[in-house]
Amino acid sequence: MATLRQLRTRVASITNIQSVTNAMQLVAAARMRRAQEAIAAARPYAQQLDRVLQRLSGMESLSHPLMTERVIDRTALIVLASDRGLCGSFNTNSCRHAFNAMSLDDGIMAVGRKGRSFFRNRNCEILNDYEDVFRDLSFASAITIAEDAVNRFLSGEVDRVMLIYNAFVSVAQQQPVSEQLLPIAPREGEATGVYLFEPSPEVLLETLVPRHVNFQVWRALLESNAGEQAARMRAMDNATKNAGDVIEELTREMNKERQSSITLELMDIIGGAEAVAQ
Amino acid sequence: MASFQLDIVTPEKTVYSGEIEHFHAPGVDGGFGVLARHQPMLAALGIGRVGFREADGTERTLAISGGFANVSGDGATILAEAAEFGDEIDIERARAARERAQERLDNRTPDVDVERAQAALGRAFMRLRVSGSE
Repeated sequence: MATLRQLRTRVASITNIQSVTNAMQLVAAARMRRAQEAIAAARPYAQQLDRVLQRLSGMESLSHPLMTERVIDRTALIVLASDRGLCGSFNTNSCRHAFNAMSLDDGIMAVGRKGRSFFRNRNCEILNDYEDVFRDLSFASAITIAEDAVNRFLSGEVDRVMLIYNAFVSVAQQQPVSEQLLPIAPREGEATGVYLFEPSPEVLLETLVPRHVNFQVWRALLESNAGEQAARMRAMDNATKNAGDVIEELTREMNKERQSSITLELMDIIGGAEAVAQ
Repeated sequence: MASFQLDIVTPEKTVYSGEIEHFHAPGVDGGFGVLARHQPMLAALGIGRVGFREADGTERTLAISGGFANVSGDGATILAEAAEFGDEIDIERARAARERAQERLDNRTPDVDVERAQAALGRAFMRLRVSGSE
């Protein structure tokens, strides 16, 4: 049985832990709101880019190196995880999903420190890794990652690039998904009608394709970021609640301990008094 | 004068959305202007300046880093990976970017990506011109 003093110190330290987890939860909640706003802000661009792509897919006989399927020898997997922990099973979810899907000679492009260490521990080949992308999320990071993937695809180093991340379904749910980034999957075209193309559809496609790839990476980064914050918020909420439970239990034990020591002292006094009276 | 809807969107936000009378944009094969009831069109844009007149007569200019103009029956959209109005441009940053790009082009080493440096230089020049500082 712990002494009264030991119990008091433990309650004090758990109260400190609780205030830290509570603060982390509030920070994660604020970041998540911002991340959700960023997803909403990207939507108009997404819709417009999609319309342009559909318009061009309606043209016959257009081709682009990034849209050409090859026999798949080797795949690169871009895996999005977080730089920091304390976010529940968030990192394990996307990394495991990728790990189960990959074959032996596939390579990993790890975004986030946690993803890199996951694959390094399992002796997977890491083609490249990116740190601190999520701290100050900007479109420039999406371009850097996308260009790296495009170069590896065009040079023939890999024949396919997959993008694996946690999709933000809701605050309570993040779903690991894998999407094919390269080659770009063909899309149902839309009848073009009387449409003016400036300059030629070929040049337009040349402009469009890299932007499309950049944006796919950007969208995944945004989703993953919102998911990370949501996961951290829930993990910290649980931690705060658990700390509360432990404090309650320790307080009860502390009270019991105090009471029994008082009882003992009383019995001493009563015993003494009786001895004097006799 | 007849007006139509113009939206300017980037991956990070909607930069502008409103009724305008006309706009002009830097097409890759030269600048062009669009009035209301223009024929549906899809145009590739280079790095340059987009100007438009709002329905109340205000003239506005912004710098874009290339993209598309999509004109259809229900209005026009400009898609750019980056777009900034003149008064939002960080002049110091643009100057620094210009100097960096210039230096890379002046002291070429084998690992300098000339095309990229030139594009960066072009963007920096355009932002400085649109901001009205030079």
